[in-house]
Amino acid sequence: MAYDSFSILKSSAVPLPIENVDTDQIIPARFLKATERKGFGDNLFRDWRYDKNDQPKADFVLNNPTYQGKILVGGKNFGSGSSREHAAWAIYDYGFRCVVSSFFADIFRGNAINVGILPVQVSPEFLHQIFEAIEKDPKAELEVNLEEQRISIVSTGASESFDINGYKKHNLLNGFDDIDYLQAMKDEIVSFASNR
Amino acid sequence: MSNSPSTLFDKVWDSHVVRKIEDGPDVFFIDRHFIHEVTSPVAFLGLETRGIGVLFPERTFATADHNTPTINQHLPVEDPLSANQLLQLEKNTSKYGISHWGLGNPKNGIVHVVGPENGITLPGMTIVCGDSHTSTHGAFGAIAFGIGTSEVEMVLSSQCIMQPKPKKMIINVNGTLGKGVTPKDVALYIISKLTTSGATGYFVEYAGDVFRNMSMEGRMTVCNLSIEMGARGGMIAPDQTTFDYIEGRELAPKGADWDKQLAYWKTLKTDEGASFDQVINFNASDIEPMITYGTNPGMGMGISKHIPKATDVEGGVATYEKSLDYMGFAEDDAMIGKKVDYVFIGSCTNGRIEDFRAFASIVKGRKKADHVTAWVVPGSHIVEKQIKDEGIFDILTEAGFELRQPGCSACLAMNDDKIPAGKYAVSTSNRNFEGRQGPGSRTLLASPLVAAAAAVTGVVTDPREFL
Repeated sequence: MAYDSFSILKSSAVPLPIENVDTDQIIPARFLKATERKGFGDNLFRDWRYDKNDQPKADFVLNNPTYQGKILVGGKNFGSGSSREHAAWAIYDYGFRCVVSSFFADIFRGNAINVGILPVQVSPEFLHQIFEAIEKDPKAELEVNLEEQRISIVSTGASESFDINGYKKHNLLNGFDDIDYLQAMKDEIVSFASNR
Repeated sequence: MSNSPSTLFDKVWDSHVVRKIEDGPDVFFIDRHFIHEVTSPVAFLGLETRGIGVLFPERTFATADHNTPTINQHLPVEDPLSANQLLQLEKNTSKYGISHWGLGNPKNGIVHVVGPENGITLPGMTIVCGDSHTSTHGAFGAIAFGIGTSEVEMVLSSQCIMQPKPKKMIINVNGTLGKGVTPKDVALYIISKLTTSGATGYFVEYAGDVFRNMSMEGRMTVCNLSIEMGARGGMIAPDQTTFDYIEGRELAPKGADWDKQLAYWKTLKTDEGASFDQVINFNASDIEPMITYGTNPGMGMGISKHIPKATDVEGGVATYEKSLDYMGFAEDDAMIGKKVDYVFIGSCTNGRIEDFRAFASIVKGRKKADHVTAWVVPGSHIVEKQIKDEGIFDILTEAGFELRQPGCSACLAMNDDKIPAGKYAVSTSNRNFEGRQGPGSRTLLASPLVAAAAAVTGVVTDPREFL
């Protein structure tokens, strides 16, 4: 088991209404030099979060104590660019368990699920509603129900369903990962390879 | 298999599916796996933790590139963290019997340059690497794409990953390219039209006159940039150009094996009447030398144009304004004449011999502008040797350029090759994200010709003036 299982997450959220947030922003390349998976959360959004003297930038949302929670809400095309899984590790290590956006880059979406973060893709309209709800009340809670594949804004009751394939859903609900699955079918793979 | 017409992508994908999971991904077999020092250590650690091994070590190939210095490679690497990553790669590959072309090895270089040039990349293969520009290898008619570190661990331990089959897009570019318009410009043009997310969820096939007439180096440049419009990868059907490139390379098939594989490779094309989820057509004559003005590769335009207004581009105004603000540009600015501080030629996008030939064609007989710092970084030792053998080295030296040693270098600035904050770099690499080439750096993506024109004039210059 590679991560904590995921079922229902009810939490306030951190808004980042910027489009095309690429993985170089999530974790710049100079912080990819570790050989173990730890401590990446400290450098999450490093260059948006800290100035060149390593002082926190007051206008960046992670430095604003008003906004807290286990859900990160980003603009369209979240996680584009480099395939670095370190981006997902940094988000997880910081304490987020779910990222909401109206569109995710492919590799990031896969990496997120593989490390136990649920990427929830909503319509642009619903994303707008979420940003509005948080603007009105920074403590506004979202509820993400994986079993029912539904995300709600608790204060308004507005909700929307989201997609995830049955296999990945089962994995996340149970904390299983792909390596467990692949190890269990090794003979089939070896036989496939020998016939190539 | 059915007799209905199928695409190149279908043919390669379907023949690699070990198991289909209902309402889930395909268990997808990987022929060849490249690893490097940055995205592999945690995967090896995962194997240790789980107590599992490497299933087919002969299918994985390691090279050190992301985090290596481009000068004095014979000396110990100074940065202890970088040195440790290189050491871990050496230890891990040695422990599991994986081939390793580390620093100092004559075959060392950028993973997406050395794979093809040594004959590891072949048509019809599935190829992955913990690097999004693995799409490069699609130039050979392979399905090649970038993966995360969890997937690196999957490939090491089971030679498979779990992937839902992407949708299919074909991009046709027909006609003849104008003077000074290179494969890089074709790719930047397509990305500017599709935006940085326009092909997300798709695997692209590039077809039409322009790609047919392109060299393998050019095809690699185009396929390399597929990820920059969100596509998982892009591929081009193999043809005589492909076969001629591969034949005789060190690890390419030989003798009877060559004949057998060649016969198979010739079947790798999209059948007439095969369908795609999306078909996109462009005219070659609409493309001019390109340059980017913003902070993602979709923010590009013809070099003679002016920066678009926020209201004329897709996406949010706030994001667009943030981007121009970072770059220190304004709507309606001309790019021609903007001052350039740095020029970088190299990377897995434009670090092959053809790129240095193009660069040299403009700098020959001219001098580097005094205020420009130029980093000329070959993609591999083999490219470095070609540069010397072909006399390009002498042209560069006479024009005031120094040749560095191979590696990813300033493309992602993990090593010391960092563009300082606020400075402008014309770069032949693949990403102009904020801080990509160093904290606060400002990147203008362009072709080797545009880079050369900027290097000798010190400002953004239309390379057609020199051709």
